[in-house]
Amino acid sequence: MDDTPVRTRMSIRDLIAEATAGLFARPGRTFLTVLGTVLGIGALVATLGVAKTAGNQIVGTFSELSATSVVVSSDRGFFGQQAPRIFIPWDAEDRISRLNGVVAAGSMASVQVGNDLTRSVPINDPLGQTEFQIPMIAASPGLLGAVRGSLATGRWFDSGHSERSDRVAVLGRGAAQKLNVVRVDQQPVIFVGESSFVVIGLLADVDRQSELLNAVIIPEGTAREYYDLETPESVQIDTEIGAASLIASQAAIALSPNDPALLRVQKPPEREDLRRQAEESVNALFLVLGGISLLVGAIGIANVTLVSVLERVGEIGLRRALGAARRHIAAQFLLESTGMGLAGGIIGTSLGVLVVVIIAATRTWTPVLDPWVPLAAPAVGASTGLVAGVYPALRAARLEPVDALRSGS
Amino acid sequence: MPPANDAVALVELTGVDRTYQLGEVQVNALRDVRLLINRGDYLSVVGASGSGKSTLLNVLGLLDRPTKGEYWLEGRDVAALDEGERAALRGKRIGFVFQAFHLLPNRTVLENVTVSMLYNGVPRNEREPRAMEALDRVGLGHRIGFKPGRLSGGERQRVAIARAIVSRPALLLSDEPTGNLDSETSESILALFDELRADGLTLVVVTHDSNVSSHAARSVFMQDGRLLDGSRNG
Repeated sequence: MDDTPVRTRMSIRDLIAEATAGLFARPGRTFLTVLGTVLGIGALVATLGVAKTAGNQIVGTFSELSATSVVVSSDRGFFGQQAPRIFIPWDAEDRISRLNGVVAAGSMASVQVGNDLTRSVPINDPLGQTEFQIPMIAASPGLLGAVRGSLATGRWFDSGHSERSDRVAVLGRGAAQKLNVVRVDQQPVIFVGESSFVVIGLLADVDRQSELLNAVIIPEGTAREYYDLETPESVQIDTEIGAASLIASQAAIALSPNDPALLRVQKPPEREDLRRQAEESVNALFLVLGGISLLVGAIGIANVTLVSVLERVGEIGLRRALGAARRHIAAQFLLESTGMGLAGGIIGTSLGVLVVVIIAATRTWTPVLDPWVPLAAPAVGASTGLVAGVYPALRAARLEPVDALRSGS
Repeated sequence: MPPANDAVALVELTGVDRTYQLGEVQVNALRDVRLLINRGDYLSVVGASGSGKSTLLNVLGLLDRPTKGEYWLEGRDVAALDEGERAALRGKRIGFVFQAFHLLPNRTVLENVTVSMLYNGVPRNEREPRAMEALDRVGLGHRIGFKPGRLSGGERQRVAIARAIVSRPALLLSDEPTGNLDSETSESILALFDELRADGLTLVVVTHDSNVSSHAARSVFMQDGRLLDGSRNG
């Protein structure tokens, strides 16, 4: 029936022209109506962009260091008091170093010094404090490499020191400053309680386990001999890039073949996990906000289109008298609301992209945006307008031409 | 569709009833109306308000359909057409001039005339020349860029007439065309109607103004939905 010449036809081009004219008849109102969609789409695009940018940035910053770090520890966790205590063997460093992909490994444990204060060779300074509560850490020879530490001066102890239980110590930078030790060539001595240790090196910096910088570090053998240290508390492992997951799965077995599950292994998060986590944390809240403003925008469009239908009852009657079918009337109003949604989508997308670029620029980040976002966002805006226009368009189409002509002016 | 020759009456209404249901009350707006309009006729329908003359005009204009009876337009039974078909026929064959003008306030005079050719298949490139021609015909060729708000009442009605005749309808229907105009302007509009009729257009004017009906070649009276024919024949 639709093809019979007696039916009214209207070209898409004419329809678009009429809808456009309808929108520009009241440019101010159209603009205000579009604002809601602008905000909604803008928020969505900015959210997706900022999340992507931030996720990318977080991964870029932390990956190199964290992706090569594995820590195995015997601490039983906050709720783990009931679990049996697992001892990390004293030869942990050797066992781990044998694994393929390990760059360096070393064990460490904090040493209980009780209330013993640490002091250097006494200087009689009645005003200055000369004794300090400084934590003591027992370390294996390989720890320096495992935490990527560097020495300011002197040397790190070796396995000989440990085997002989030599009373030697390396001071972290902070500890050295408190104790006023700046050079080791004359073998300064510090006292921890009544025990003396010869300082053989000063630690300048570490990339991991920064607590070492404020500690007195002694060989494990020495800690066993004089402080009854039972076991290393953790093993620090520096792996080759890409080997962390493998090492993490092997380290616990190497250290405790009988009960590998009782050791806690901290491995770096996978790259994609990290990126996704960062994106999700930013996304969730703002996507909801963007969705809400989009909904508000849609209601605004629906409202204004409905008002516009009521205002233009006379026009609708006239168009029906001029031969317009119901579907032409519906199509015109649908197209007007869709046009508003599309305009809001395009403006909102532009603003959203701008926000992403500005935020990235202020932090000197690289702005990152999925290419489908600026393409899909205007379409989302247009669909919002389309859906919002359905009810008003149906109202307009349902009007009887006789009634419309009588009531409209 | 039979050839549109002069042997067939343009409009033929037979036994047309139109009843409305207003709540509990049934209103008989048209009762057993029988009407013949030939090509080139100038018919006025006169009657008190509520006599059913506007309903008659709506039925003639395919805006409303009879509850009962037959309506033949140019030899075609149009009472049986569905809504889409009636809309199409309306756009092609019938022109309307309303008391309230019904111009689009935000569109220019020219656009107000071309809108008439949106729905009836006139090719896009023909619309403007034809609209210009129609505006010249009603004496508004110099106003094409104006918005209706800047026109006088008489000029607005002329735009509406141009809009009605630009599609070259078979039948021009007009409901109180001078109802919103002063007497002098009314006279010029009626003179324009006389000219259009002389050009061969068929006119039906609904009015309660005897001055308007006096221009018509033939008048019929309506009372309580019934058509009382038998007035003078021109």
